[in-house]
Amino acid sequence: MARTVRAVLVGLAVVAAGIALAMLRVNPYLYFAGYVILQYVVIATAWNILGGYAGYVNFGTPAFFALGAYTAVFLIQSTRAPLPVLILAGGLVSALLGLGIGYLTLRLRGVFFSIATLALSIVLQTMIMNWDYVGGSRGMSVLRPSGPPFGSYVTFLFTVMVALAVVAVIVARFIERSWIGRGLAALRDNEEAAECMGVPTLKLKLFATTISGCLLGVAGAPFPYYVTFVEPNSAFNLDYAVNALAMPMIGGTTSWVGPVIGAVLLGAAQQLATVTISSEMNLFIVGVVLVAFVVLAPEGILGLVRRLRGR
Amino acid sequence: MATPLLEVDGLRKSFGGFTALNRVTLHVKAGERFGLIGPNGSGKTTLINCVSGALAADAGRILFDGRDITTLPAHRRTRLGIVRSFQIPKPFVSMTVLENLGIPLEYAGRGRGHAGGAAEATEILQAIGLEAKAHLRPAGLTQIEMRKLELARAMAARPKLLISDEAMAGLSSAEVDDILAILFRLNAQGITIIMIEHIMRAVMRFSERVVVLDAGERIAEGTPDEIVRNPAVEKAYLGE
Repeated sequence: MARTVRAVLVGLAVVAAGIALAMLRVNPYLYFAGYVILQYVVIATAWNILGGYAGYVNFGTPAFFALGAYTAVFLIQSTRAPLPVLILAGGLVSALLGLGIGYLTLRLRGVFFSIATLALSIVLQTMIMNWDYVGGSRGMSVLRPSGPPFGSYVTFLFTVMVALAVVAVIVARFIERSWIGRGLAALRDNEEAAECMGVPTLKLKLFATTISGCLLGVAGAPFPYYVTFVEPNSAFNLDYAVNALAMPMIGGTTSWVGPVIGAVLLGAAQQLATVTISSEMNLFIVGVVLVAFVVLAPEGILGLVRRLRGR
Repeated sequence: MATPLLEVDGLRKSFGGFTALNRVTLHVKAGERFGLIGPNGSGKTTLINCVSGALAADAGRILFDGRDITTLPAHRRTRLGIVRSFQIPKPFVSMTVLENLGIPLEYAGRGRGHAGGAAEATEILQAIGLEAKAHLRPAGLTQIEMRKLELARAMAARPKLLISDEAMAGLSSAEVDDILAILFRLNAQGITIIMIEHIMRAVMRFSERVVVLDAGERIAEGTPDEIVRNPAVEKAYLGE
């Protein structure tokens, strides 16, 4: 209990630091890039709750992210709802989708589950492309609300994403250290044995897919205001699927720290490459780093550190 | 006679056109040492999967402690006290031996969330002779230690009925005696045990009563002596 309180305090300190950074009004590009990196902290952390803790590899990250984004687009179109409502609604709708794919785990395991989630992403993208109200395949411009704090809307979104990242990490950390996390680890190791040892595997899997989906939707909800032009190809971008998987793998999937390390390192490298070399270098970097890690350090940076300490 | 601890009544299970179990009925009394034997493919493991909840039976009823559990999911049956070990050990590979026991203690034990978890796990490991390996991962265990972990983990679930599915296959003669001694001790503590085994020396020495399955049908029941002399059993194993 005391540790949870401490984690929340650390989280609040991080949010405060983010706000302080926003008030400094440094080079606007830093907020712009920082937003993307933090967004990946949320995405990687959310993915890891299902992929790392429960061992169900989700290739459909873009579906959940884009569903959050398009829920926001729909609400902006229909009611001009404020940002907190967009985030809550995006999380809720993606959580429902997560609950849905949770029932898939009854019949699909391993690579078949992964294929199903990939298919889900494609199906959803096709549906959005044919839905004119949210812009269809042409996409849609979104007007940001006027008069944001901290002078610019991107700077404001940066602070929002700091808070969302902190929430996501605290949720992941709580799950990992509770009985839920231990049950998920058991079913990841051997689902049949876990069930026979009294672990309610279906319930735990539904919980993991729902929470993971919810956080992915939350990450996507501010996206329309960030880019101001939403179209299916960018919202359903393959980058999200690859990064969501690569970042935890590189950082280490067994602890909440892993996805954070992976997202910060890989996200920063990608942002750097985008400005210094070319925007096409993004996925190339991810690919090379991921292959290197899978071959040389399958347990990620955390595993490397543990090995060096000789534990 | 009091009501049996486990009542399997007319259980049927088929996979496509293949009938794995055909109206199997058997009763296991509380505190009994019960042997289940039969040639390969006779339906022993299917029966166990139906009793433990891993498979749903097509027809028939399963009662435990007088309660109908036919449609209960496996983890609920574990909490009621039906615990099985696996033929091929299925340890939680990312956890230490001690943590492996923590899962059933937390999820299946009667005292969920109480602080004595680690002490209880250590106690079980001591009883089974695995305490020296408590902090190793399963990958560092030998074959016999793996079987012992399987039994220790089952013990941590506080079973009333322990189903031991070929816990001794592939072990040496001395190791078989080692496992047998553990099972005898558990039975002496009041745990009912169903033993599925191909090693006749072990199952005949252990069981008070034996049921023989062949091609999904129950062909014989009796004391080990009666079973050995039963011509139908001989035919099932050796042919005409």
